[in-house]
Amino acid sequence: MRWLGLAGLSVVALTLAVVLGPAHVAWADLGRSPIVRELRIPRALLGFVVGGSLAVSGASLQALMRNPLADPFLLGLSGGAGLGAVAAIALHLGGPWALPLAAFVGALVALALVFRLGLVGGGGGGGAELDPRVLLLGGVAVGAFAGAVMTAIISVSEAAQLRNAFLWLWGGLSGASWYTLLVLCLYVPVPLLVLLAAARPLDVLALGEEPARYLGADVTALKRRVYLAASLLTAAAVAVSGVIGFVGLMVPHLCRGVWGQQHRALLPASFLGGGALLVLADTAARVAVAPRELPVGIVTALIGVPLFALLLRRWTAT
Amino acid sequence: MDRDLILALRNVSARYPGAAGDALSGVSLDVRAGDLLAILGPNGSGKTTLVRMALGLLVPATGTAEVLGRPATAWPRRDLARVVGVVSQREENLFPQRVRESVLLGRYPHLSVWGGERAEDHLAVARALERCDVTALADRWIRTLSGGEYQRVRLARALAQEPRVLVLDEPTASLDLRHEMELFELVRDLVDAHGLAAVVVTHHVNLAARFADQVLLLDDGRSAASGPPTDVLTRATVERVFAWPVAIEPFDGRPQMIPLRKPSP
Repeated sequence: MRWLGLAGLSVVALTLAVVLGPAHVAWADLGRSPIVRELRIPRALLGFVVGGSLAVSGASLQALMRNPLADPFLLGLSGGAGLGAVAAIALHLGGPWALPLAAFVGALVALALVFRLGLVGGGGGGGAELDPRVLLLGGVAVGAFAGAVMTAIISVSEAAQLRNAFLWLWGGLSGASWYTLLVLCLYVPVPLLVLLAAARPLDVLALGEEPARYLGADVTALKRRVYLAASLLTAAAVAVSGVIGFVGLMVPHLCRGVWGQQHRALLPASFLGGGALLVLADTAARVAVAPRELPVGIVTALIGVPLFALLLRRWTAT
Repeated sequence: MDRDLILALRNVSARYPGAAGDALSGVSLDVRAGDLLAILGPNGSGKTTLVRMALGLLVPATGTAEVLGRPATAWPRRDLARVVGVVSQREENLFPQRVRESVLLGRYPHLSVWGGERAEDHLAVARALERCDVTALADRWIRTLSGGEYQRVRLARALAQEPRVLVLDEPTASLDLRHEMELFELVRDLVDAHGLAAVVVTHHVNLAARFADQVLLLDDGRSAASGPPTDVLTRATVERVFAWPVAIEPFDGRPQMIPLRKPSP
């Protein structure tokens, strides 16, 4: 029943995204219109994959960090990606792939730095361990540093560049094409499967690292796998769509409320829920101030923050 | 007729990096099926270090720590979790969960990566809930349990692993008299009725003396004495190790300790 509801929501979200838009397309023409075929459909599907990836990444990181406030951008990836993107904009790098590639590379550099900072110990006998608390601090530090450099670049650049950079930082799916979708669909399944395969050990990890070891989980390898897979997933999402907040934080919590804590259900539910939510938000972003367009991150924040505040109140009340 | 030797530590030593002395030196212990072993000792005497070593989380600097004849650190964690069930000192409950789900986590070492829970898994959970007398709590949220109920649920989770030995690290640390006694009675029953072995780390000298077959008394990383409670818990030994005057009185054939007031000068 709840799966059916979620599937229904996904279908409705995708349908709305195809039907609605600033340009009016008659019902009869939906199948033939190049606007629908070349713009709306790939954009809707891309939004779905990005939203789903962010939500799965967020759910996994919340379990890994054992912190309900963890989200895909907590660990410095947004800073790295933002710096990459802003650098590409400031350097006038041309071509449709310059910006996403620069953002992706920026995210990877941040990921590698934070990972290295998060590895603790290993000088003596035992191997180095990924320490979630150090990971968190490293993420904040790397993110802050990248943010500072990024702001420095923005502050000396021209007005038009400034506007582009600013809009990019709030996220958007306007770069969507069948080609972007194809690239993403080739890339995303690998980290997604790694995270799905980690569903059961993540259940166990919620008890803490030592209890998880006693229950038979290989915690050292698990933490590395989940951190890397979730971060690579986020890096791809941020490369094609900029920084879209709140999907990765909020959707997993909404799904926890309905599906409980078992990641075998929680991760797939988060994927569908995140996909549907982002597609709805993107449709709103396109339609609300047509013919202009809001960055979709603004819409997710506008919906997400009040909803999240409500959830927080309900939790703390019980 | 030698009962199965499940845990065997021979002459193990441990030293933490940067520490002045050894955390453990030259300690040995044997745990056989049907044995309840209590590990006693003051704070910092090496009890938890010893347990972590027996559970393969710490490599002995010298000596050997073996589970079923194989070095504890050589076991894949999954395989080890089917032999040893642990109730650790602490665990987290970050996201709300129900008792049944939490006990089901004990089936983790028996489940495959992609497969679902099988009938035998639900059966094992039901059996574990029953044995620990928490079947009635199965649909309660973990956070609504009392301390005593929660410890029984955690024991049920360890039982759902279907292990051959249970290791409990200070399982009654914050329990009142009744819940403390109930937990020790439960562990004793499990050992007697199901041929399990159990290792209980505890501060309760008297409970150890009442319930355990063997006692290992640690003092500053060394074994002060080990053997049946009557042999280990003598006045001289207990006073020396705990640095406090005590009287030892027999009760029900077991030694019981009464701490004395410091004599006035």
